Amino acid sequence: MLHMVDAVFLALSVLTIGSAIVALEIRSLIYGSIALMLTLSGIAGFFLLLDAPFVAMFQLSVYVGSIAVLILFTVMLVRRELIFNKIEDKRRRYAGIGLMLALMLGIGMIIIGSGMKSMETNSPSVDYKKIGEDFLTYYSPALIVMALILASSVIGALTLARREDMTNEQRAN
Amino acid sequence: MSNGLIDFVLVSVALLAIGIYGLSVKRNAIRMLFGVEMIINSANLNLVAFARFIPNSQGQTLALFSIAIAAAEVAVGLALVIVAYRMYKNIDIEDFRSLKG
Repeated sequence: MLHMVDAVFLALSVLTIGSAIVALEIRSLIYGSIALMLTLSGIAGFFLLLDAPFVAMFQLSVYVGSIAVLILFTVMLVRRELIFNKIEDKRRRYAGIGLMLALMLGIGMIIIGSGMKSMETNSPSVDYKKIGEDFLTYYSPALIVMALILASSVIGALTLARREDMTNEQRAN
Repeated sequence: MSNGLIDFVLVSVALLAIGIYGLSVKRNAIRMLFGVEMIINSANLNLVAFARFIPNSQGQTLALFSIAIAAAEVAVGLALVIVAYRMYKNIDIEDFRSLKG
């Protein structure tokens, strides 16, 4: 049906999809977040295959380096029995699996039937120097706005997670 | 390059479907965040794949912006989960009754 893909691609897709399923289905949330880390690293591998090393390194440093560690620490903050607790509706679960398969088959069939199949490229990949140049010239206002969004969201997260009761106790002492 | 565009797009569709499954079935707030992460990553994979095959550099630029915004989103989302956990002593979203409507 499709042309041959190389072994690296196959291994990466098995790693990505498999660890995505494991991340959602394994009982312990800690192992789940480690599996999510594997999924994100697999996506970074796809970026390397697509000749986008800059995006791949960004993905590794931001997702695997910071977001996954943030999730791990949050998981460790909740109570022990909640980490292993797995509550879900059986009927809802079967409906969800049906939805997932329908989405995969439906969109997959549309994509396989479309003209994307013949799309291959021999053109050289984009130089990542060009991306850095774009960031500092054409996209520099967007870069500034993004920095402001990041700063405000981190301040917002800190404000949300602040413990009022702790400070009041300390004030009473 | 031996891999066509369609291979990357199919992997991205599979990841999107798994993310939607996690978001719709799981009741654990942190697991729902996992689902959101998968959906965002499948979108990023699409962006970079199309940017490679067109080819131009704007797809990669947009993917970089998207990754940064996703980092901000996760920070706020986890802070919300921690606040809700402190209020209800649980991370099951069925327990977050007063968040309804």
